[in-house]
Amino acid sequence: MSDRAMGRIGESVTRLEDPPLVTGRGRFAGDINLAHQLHMRLLRSPVAHGRIKTVDVEAARAMPGVYAVWTFDDIRDVPPIDFREGRIEKYEPFRQYILARDRVRYVGEPVAAVFAADPYAAEDAADAILAEFEELPAITDGADAPGAFDDAGHRTEADIVTQGYGDVEKAFAKAAHVIEREFVVGRHSGVPLETRGAIGHYDAAHDVLELHGAAKVPHRNREALARMFGRPLNAVHLFESHVGGGFGVRGELYPEDVLVCAAALRFGRPVKWIEDRMEHLLATNHSRQQRHRIRAAVDADGRLLAIDDTFFHDQGAYIRTHGARVITMTCGILPGPYKVADYRATGHFRLTNKTPAATYRSPGRFESTFVRERLMDAIADELGIGRLELRRRNAVGPEDMPYALPLVVLGDDVEYDNGDYVGLLDKALDHVGWDALQADLQRRRAAGEAVGAGVAMFVEKSGLGPSDGAKVTVDPSGAVELITGGASIGQGFETCMAQICADALGVDYRKVRVVHGQTNRIEFGIGAHASRATVMTGSATNEAALLVRAKALDVASDLLQAPADTLDIQDGVVFRKDNPDGPSVGLGEIATQLLPTRKTLGGREPGLMAEGWFHSDHQTYPFGCHIAVVKVDRETGHVGVERYVIAYDIGRAVNPMLVEGQISGGFAQGLGGALYEEFVYDERGQPQSVTFADYLLPTAREVPDIELLLREDAPSPRNPLGIKGAGEAGVTGVGAAIASAIDDALQMPGAVTQLPVTPQRLKVLLDGARD
Amino acid sequence: MTEKTDITLTVNGRDFAVTVEPRRTLADTIRDDCGQTGTHIGCEHGVCGACTVLLDGEPVRSCLMFAVQAEGREIRTVEGLAADGALSPLQQAFIDNHALQCGFCTPGFLMLATGVLERDPDIGEDELREVLSSNLCRCTGYQNIVKAVKSAAATMKAGR
Repeated sequence: MSDRAMGRIGESVTRLEDPPLVTGRGRFAGDINLAHQLHMRLLRSPVAHGRIKTVDVEAARAMPGVYAVWTFDDIRDVPPIDFREGRIEKYEPFRQYILARDRVRYVGEPVAAVFAADPYAAEDAADAILAEFEELPAITDGADAPGAFDDAGHRTEADIVTQGYGDVEKAFAKAAHVIEREFVVGRHSGVPLETRGAIGHYDAAHDVLELHGAAKVPHRNREALARMFGRPLNAVHLFESHVGGGFGVRGELYPEDVLVCAAALRFGRPVKWIEDRMEHLLATNHSRQQRHRIRAAVDADGRLLAIDDTFFHDQGAYIRTHGARVITMTCGILPGPYKVADYRATGHFRLTNKTPAATYRSPGRFESTFVRERLMDAIADELGIGRLELRRRNAVGPEDMPYALPLVVLGDDVEYDNGDYVGLLDKALDHVGWDALQADLQRRRAAGEAVGAGVAMFVEKSGLGPSDGAKVTVDPSGAVELITGGASIGQGFETCMAQICADALGVDYRKVRVVHGQTNRIEFGIGAHASRATVMTGSATNEAALLVRAKALDVASDLLQAPADTLDIQDGVVFRKDNPDGPSVGLGEIATQLLPTRKTLGGREPGLMAEGWFHSDHQTYPFGCHIAVVKVDRETGHVGVERYVIAYDIGRAVNPMLVEGQISGGFAQGLGGALYEEFVYDERGQPQSVTFADYLLPTAREVPDIELLLREDAPSPRNPLGIKGAGEAGVTGVGAAIASAIDDALQMPGAVTQLPVTPQRLKVLLDGARD
Repeated sequence: MTEKTDITLTVNGRDFAVTVEPRRTLADTIRDDCGQTGTHIGCEHGVCGACTVLLDGEPVRSCLMFAVQAEGREIRTVEGLAADGALSPLQQAFIDNHALQCGFCTPGFLMLATGVLERDPDIGEDELREVLSSNLCRCTGYQNIVKAVKSAAATMKAGR
C-alpha cells in the first residue's frame, strides 16, 4: 500500500478548497450572474431615530433603466424577520421589517429599494429618492435610561435576562473582601472581507424560489423564508457558493435577503444585491457592546464565594435572528474556568438607535472573559495574591469533571466535559519561560521601558447538538461524495470533512467531494456556526462513512471469499489483512456490484452509500489560556504586541495546520477588538466608523506571529472521535490578556477597564496618572 | 456621465473590446465586462487591496481607477498567474503554507506579492511585512501569508 499522506485524521494535509481560490476561479456571491437579472440598491436612513414623513420615489422611478422602486407600502404583506429558533413572543415587537414601516431606528436602516438593469443606474436612482424624516431623540448608550421603542407602549428595555444559582446576598454578607468594578467592551464585529451578497431567483417552471449567495445556516434560513412567503419547504432552496468569511455575521437572514426573494417572486426576474463596504459597516450585524458592573465576594484566601454581575447589553435598533443568544450566553459562561459558589448575572437587554447587534466569533465569551479575567486581576491585586496563584486557587480541577453548573448556554445545560485547566496553564507558562520572562520584563522596566505580560484563562464551548446527519456515496468510478448540511465559510470545512470521511472509509481524502450549503441535496443541516461543524457534522460523517465501509466489506467478503473482519480498506482498495499484496477489489468495483440492476446485489439495498446520524446531549468544552507580552509607547499611546502565546486543548485535531490557521486568524480579530476596532457614534447616533480609514482592521504590521501550544490531552468523551471545536479559541482571551499586559507594562494595576484600548484612551490613562 | 466609450483593455495578454461609461471602475470592468471575476472588490475605497492587479507590472487598486485610464496598459490579474496549468511558485506556496482561508483577499495578496517579488526578489522580512500590510486579510492573521511569500521568494531564487 502507498505510504503517501491520505489525509487521515491528525494529518496536516493541504486544503481541497485552495486550487480554485488561488487561480481566480472561486465563485463568490458577486461572481454569480443570472440571465435578465435586476440589481437592487437601497436607500438607507440618514438619521438614527425619526418618523418617516415622506418618501417620494417618482423621480427615481422615471430614471433610465429603473424597473421598480419599493417602499414599505409595496411589501406590507411580508412579515418582519423572525428568530432563527422560531417564535419568541416577548421579542416580537422588536423585529425588523425588510423596509422601514413608519419609523427609522438606526442610520443605515433600509427605507426604499430600487430595482434597475444596472448597479450604477440603481445607485443613481436611489440618490434621486426624496425622503424626509422628523428626527427624534436617539438613545445611543445601552446603559442610559430606557425610553419608548414605539407608540404602542413598548420600551427599549426588551428584557432582563438572568441566570444564576445559590444565595448571592448571603455570600456577600459573609465575605472577607468585596471587589467591585465596571468594565466596558466596545462595539465591533466580524467584518468579513467579502461584503454580503444575495441573488433571488424564481424558477417558475418548477415553482421554486431560490436564494443564491447563502451562507452559514442555509437550512435554517430556508425554513424562515418558507414561513415568511407561505411556501412549502420543498419550494424554497438556498445555495451556498464561496463565502468570503463568516465570523457570525454573514449568512444570517437580513432584510436584503428577503427583499431579493420578494422581488424575484414578484417580478419573475432574478434580482441581485451586492453590499458595498459602507453599507456593510452600517447594516451588517454589529456585536460585543456591553457595560458590566460586577462584584465578587471572596474569602480571606481569595476564594470566590460569589459573583454578582449586572450588565447592559447594547443591542442596537432591532432584535434580529439571534434573539437573546449573546446576552444569555454571556450570563451562562461568565464563571468560565473557576469555581464560583454562588452566582448571579443580570443582563439588561437594551435597544438603542444603532445598527442591530448579534453574534460575532466567540459571542459572549470574548466579552465575559475580558470582564471575568479583569475581575480576577483586580481581586489578586487587592488581596496581594499573585495573579496566577489566584487563578490556581479557584480553577475547576480535573477531579471536579464532569463539572455541571445550573446554567444554560445555547439552550444546553452547562456541563464541562473534561480537562486540566491549571495543567494547561502550567504548560503555557513553561513554554513562555515565565520566570525568565518576568525577570527580563522587570529589568527592561527598570531601564525605562513600559513592557509587561498578562494571562487570561477561558473555557470555550463547541459542538452544540442535538443532531446532524450526512450521506456518503461511492460511485462506480470509486469517487466519493459526502453530502452534508454544513456550510463552508472559509474555515476548511471541506478538507476536514473529507479527512474524517477518508479516515473512516479508507480512501485518499482527495477522492472525497464534499457537498455543503445546498438545501436541495439534503433535507437537514446545521450549517457552520458556534464551532459545531467539526464536532456534529464530522461525527455524522464518521458514522456514515463507517456504514459505507461495513457495506463495502460485506460485498468484498463475497468477492474475495474471506470473512469481512479479515479485510481492510486503504486508498480505496479492499484487501486481506494477512495478505496485503494478494487479491483485492476496489470500492468502485464494489459500487458497480451494488448497482440496482446487478444480480450480485443479493438481498442488499442498492448503492454503496449510507446516511449517518450523530446525536449529542451536551456541548463539548475546549479550554485554554492566552499569554500576552506588550510594549507601550508612553508618548503615542501605541501598544505593540511582542509575543503572544495561545495554549489550547482541542481534544483531537483533525488537521492541526487548519486548527493553527483558525487560532491565528481568531487572534488577529481579537487583537482588533482589544486595540483597534470600534464602531463609534456621536450623540445624535451618527456613525463615525463607516470606512476602513475609521474602522481599523489590523494589518500584517500590527499582528505578530502567535506561538500556539496545541494540546490533545483531553479528548471529548462526548463523541467517538474525541473532537472539540477550533473556531473561536483564538479570539476569546485576547481582550483580557492584552488588558492585563498593559496594566503590567504601565505598572498601573486595574488601569484598563475598557476595550478597545485605543491610543487616545491609553493617553488619557497615562495623563491621568501623571496629574 | 452615462455616455459610453469604446475602449480595449489588455488583460493577461488578451484584448477585450468593451463599451463603458467613463465613471466605470477598472475593477467592475475587469469583472463584469471582461468576465475575469478572480479580481475581488472588498471596499471600493482603496484600503483593503482585494482588487489589486498589476498595471504595467505595478500593483494598483483597480477600484480606484477608471477603466478608461487603463487603456493601452498591460493589466495582469490572478487568472494570468498560472502558466499552462502550472501554478506559479507563489500560488503553490499559498496552498502549501495555508496562507488562505476564505480566499477572498487571496487574489489581491497574490498580485501584490507577485509585483513585489518581481521588483525586489531579495526583499527583507521587515520591508515585506510593511508592503503586505497594504492589503487586508480577515481570516489568517497574516503569519502564513508572510511565510508563503518568503517561501515563494526562496523557490523563485533557487529557480533563477
